[in-house]
Amino acid sequence: MTSKISRRVFLKGSFTAAGSVVVSSSVVEAVSSLAKEEIESLVTIIDISKCIGCGECVIACRESNAVKYPQPEKPFPKMFPERVPIQDWSDKKDVTNRLTPYNWLFIQPAFVMVNGEKQEFTIPRRCMHCENPPCVKLCPWGAAKQEPNGLSRIDADLCMGGSKCKKVCPWDVPQRQTGVGLYLDILPALAGNGVMYKCDRCYQKLAKGQTPACIENCPEDVQIIGPRSKMIEHAHLLAGQINGYVYGETENGGTNTIYVSPVPFDQLIFETGKGKPPMKRVDDMMADGNNLARAMLIAPIAGAVAAFSKFYKRIKEDD
Amino acid sequence: MPIFKRYYIADIPGLGWLGKFYVTHAMHYIFAIILIAFCVYLVLDFALSKKKISGITVSGFVKACIILGLMVSGALMVIKNLPGVYFSYTMIYVMNLSHLGLCMALLAVSFYTLVTKRGWVK
Ligand code: SF4
Ligand code: SF4
Ligand code: SF4
Repeated sequence: MTSKISRRVFLKGSFTAAGSVVVSSSVVEAVSSLAKEEIESLVTIIDISKCIGCGECVIACRESNAVKYPQPEKPFPKMFPERVPIQDWSDKKDVTNRLTPYNWLFIQPAFVMVNGEKQEFTIPRRCMHCENPPCVKLCPWGAAKQEPNGLSRIDADLCMGGSKCKKVCPWDVPQRQTGVGLYLDILPALAGNGVMYKCDRCYQKLAKGQTPACIENCPEDVQIIGPRSKMIEHAHLLAGQINGYVYGETENGGTNTIYVSPVPFDQLIFETGKGKPPMKRVDDMMADGNNLARAMLIAPIAGAVAAFSKFYKRIKEDD
Repeated sequence: MPIFKRYYIADIPGLGWLGKFYVTHAMHYIFAIILIAFCVYLVLDFALSKKKISGITVSGFVKACIILGLMVSGALMVIKNLPGVYFSYTMIYVMNLSHLGLCMALLAVSFYTLVTKRGWVK
């Protein structure tokens, strides 16, 4: 399932890799995987009415994923031009109140006023694992991918740290660490700026049929994970029981994370900003591209029609 | 690409859209649509016309091959971007690199033919 390209192999010559053998076999693979019966995405439900804010999930995530965390080499190579921001979290690994390259899940404290009374909540926040993830689809370097079970992840060996994934993410999830990754081996002063990090849904655990660390270690069973069709139904059942609301089912065209809350999401008040994502309504960011992709099918037909109509006109004139 | 912002290209008045990734994404697709339609038209029109030529030039052939390569790798990437399509890391990476490499090759060859005033056909 993992076909990782090491940094060395890349440097040895990506164009050898671009040879037709690799391309054709990968195309066959991709097409056959499309033809196969569709693997259903996994969806997590996060019931915020159950969360007590103990932070066990955050600790579990950090312990389980520590091996993947960046180990930047210092001092960082000077970057040109000077406005390129250095983003260094290696001395702030302890920060747990926001998303960082060393903290892929945090607890967002929120409150809501109901009839003049303050009701408090704690919301576990991390990557939503969008169904059509812009971070994966728009990476100019091809460093991110989505697996058939719906999770998306960024390959730390290929990422250049350009941060496009963060800019196109409706929740600004991926976080950058300067001083690590492939760019160091190419032109560190001129291109690239580290590696982007985010929740990868504990892909290595899922591959072994295990449960992601944050889900497994929650004492209140706030999260559950399962196939999309079942989870959507279950989320609505849960919401129905508490007269509540869901978030994430339709956001950005649909995500594989569904929050259930007893209060409307747009009434929740909490701090947003760097590393602290909002819970706004999000339209399908990839919709325009997908519509244009359909228009692309018509392009060759349009070209052909134009050429043939010119041909017939000429024949007529010749007659 | 983020590099446009880094090197102030997206700061040039009129080029700010280069830093807006959903806009560049849509523009890229629109140009691809125009390019595909135009190429199909040119090739068919050429085949249907009775123009007499003794052959295609070497640089013309190279450019045609590069453009074909760009279309194939580009088409694969458009497929990749559709919801529910999962390509392997290798596949995604090879597609990106070959599309980028071919684009640069086309620029280089086009520049060469422009400077040396070489046409497409003999
Ligand atoms: S471990 Fe469970 S209850 Fe504790 S903060 Fe995380 S989700 Fe909430
Ligand atoms: S939430 Fe952001 S980082 Fe996560 S899959 Fe969606 S676009 Fe990517
Ligand atoms: S799924 Fe894994 S990586 Fe993602 S927040 Fe939970 S523990 Fe962390």
